[in-house]
Amino acid sequence: MSFVFYLLAALTVAGGLAAVLLKNTVHCALALTVAFAGLAFLYLNLDAQFAGFAQILVYIGAVAILVVFAILLTKGSETPKDGVFSKTWLAGLAVAAGVFAVLGWAVLQTAPMLPKATPAPAVTVGQIGNALVDRYVLPLEIVAVLLTVALIGAVIVALHEKEGTR
Amino acid sequence: MTPLAGFLLVAALLFSIGLAGALTRRNAILVLIGIELMLNAANLNLIAFWRYGPHPEMLTGMMFAIFSIAVAAAEAAVGLGLVISIHRHANTTDLDQMNRMKG
Amino acid sequence: MIDRLDQIFVLLRQWVVGFLPASWQTAAAVVLSVVVIVAFFPALFALTVWMERKGLGRIQNRLGPNRVGPFGLLQPIADGIKSLTKEDIVPLSADAAVHLLAPLMLVVAVFMGFAVLPMGRNMVLVDMDAGLLFYFAMGASTEVAVFMAGWSSRNKYSLLGAMRAVAQMISYEVVLLLSSVVVVMMTGSLSLTKIVEAQNHYTWGLPHWYIFTPWGLAGFVMYAIAATAETNRSPFDLPEGESELVAGYHTEYSGFKFALFFLGEYLAMFSISGLGATLFLGGWSAPFSFLSWVPSWIWFFSKLMLSIFVFIWMRGTLPRLRQDQLMNFAWKFILPLCLLNVFVAALWRFMGEGWPRWVVCSAILVVAYVVVGRIEMRSEHFGPRRYRYAE
Repeated sequence: MSFVFYLLAALTVAGGLAAVLLKNTVHCALALTVAFAGLAFLYLNLDAQFAGFAQILVYIGAVAILVVFAILLTKGSETPKDGVFSKTWLAGLAVAAGVFAVLGWAVLQTAPMLPKATPAPAVTVGQIGNALVDRYVLPLEIVAVLLTVALIGAVIVALHEKEGTR
Repeated sequence: MTPLAGFLLVAALLFSIGLAGALTRRNAILVLIGIELMLNAANLNLIAFWRYGPHPEMLTGMMFAIFSIAVAAAEAAVGLGLVISIHRHANTTDLDQMNRMKG
Repeated sequence: MIDRLDQIFVLLRQWVVGFLPASWQTAAAVVLSVVVIVAFFPALFALTVWMERKGLGRIQNRLGPNRVGPFGLLQPIADGIKSLTKEDIVPLSADAAVHLLAPLMLVVAVFMGFAVLPMGRNMVLVDMDAGLLFYFAMGASTEVAVFMAGWSSRNKYSLLGAMRAVAQMISYEVVLLLSSVVVVMMTGSLSLTKIVEAQNHYTWGLPHWYIFTPWGLAGFVMYAIAATAETNRSPFDLPEGESELVAGYHTEYSGFKFALFFLGEYLAMFSISGLGATLFLGGWSAPFSFLSWVPSWIWFFSKLMLSIFVFIWMRGTLPRLRQDQLMNFAWKFILPLCLLNVFVAALWRFMGEGWPRWVVCSAILVVAYVVVGRIEMRSEHFGPRRYRYAE
């Protein structure tokens, strides 16, 4: 496989590792942004331009900023005195290692049966737009309702209560 | 090793890194960061299978990934709103200290 | 001959690249275009800095710089030498890596936006199918850079300025996107070259620019307001106002890094003006059909410099908006009007040709503007001024 793929994969995995290992929470959020950027470039490598640009616009432009705002609003930049890993870190690590072992084994076992390299599909944004209102109109409307509900819900959950138990 | 297998391995690695982060960190926001990494790994899987699968002109994988991005953004917003609200109540985001139902 | 003048840069590039072996030619053409963009727009930035200082000076009834060279034209060179030779002070407790990366990320993200602007006929660096989406994706990356700058300085004023700037940029990003969606809807494509080509037709000598339609005019006004807010220009420059927050998120930057922030702000202004010209003002097309003999790139850059002049004019004239007024304005006033604009544009398309659609669409927009404005302003009491004195 190409050198570009190895570089992007290394960048993404490094960003992901830094995002879960670093002590300073804001550094974790910034490493997460690097991981998102690496993933966006991987999508571009896979000829999915719309998904790649949507990933940058939504994840880096909105979700990363949201995570950073939440860290700053909850004083997350102070490191706790007992360390940043919880008491049961070994069990969590074992579970994650087990999951990776199973997934990796499944991929490598079926590697000879996977499709080989195919020519790049020519996807235009027009086709995606047509698909959105033709075949996927129901998911589109449901996602619209879901986003409205999530917006209103997030505002209500995080709203300052002027009266009540505080 | 085919290109598809490479992408699937990267996605599996990213998923397990996210899972490890969600299970081992104390801060609630870092758990949410782990969850976002897991969602992104699944998206990478979807797009890789779309690209190297039998019918890429059907756009199924790409559509799935786009809706997944939208839903993940909504879920991040609600989750972080919850974390902020919990912090306002308990004055901490340390998950090891939130081990009682009585608040 | 006229055609050759119009395509002069394309022909020059072909001639220069022709000296290289055939397998290197496409890559060399792209590299050459990138070098020209990276060299030209900072030069335009120097000219704009001079124009701004003289313009602001004249608006404020003073002369502006006039010592360095004739009419102060060499002032930007003096500024450049100063910022390159100043000491680069990094605070002791600042996060050094993030402090260094923030201006770099900002400048890189802003330069990427120039890749999809059609600066003349056949003069676009990359003709992408989803060009507009790419531009907004790069614009979204600048918000992270602004936050990084403010947070890494470990300074309360920087952090406050960065938070305000990010909140403002996110709110007005929604407005920017929605006012561009109208153009995409009516053209049927996200590609900027197709948007310009759709506006390049003339009826009785007048062009089909989108600004000359009711929904286009409303969209352009909202786009202009959102563009001023996205680039943190006055009247939306609370995050960096000198009398409010020292210098906001670039307080702790000196020397070359500050010059990079300054460059990034002006380049963002250029690219967003260029995008506004492409979407609403017809890009590189001439205002009247009898003027089409003037090269297309002259029209594009004239429209760009006209927008810059309007930015400078607004900076000198309008007072600054407070943060809560700014956010209220975005979410409660402009956003409903943007959504209504999308509806009006759809109505325009489905009503068919003729004068009724002009009347109906304009009436809906004007009535909505007046009604929403009245609702928003109902708590403001405009009466004789009440004076309160200390006891």
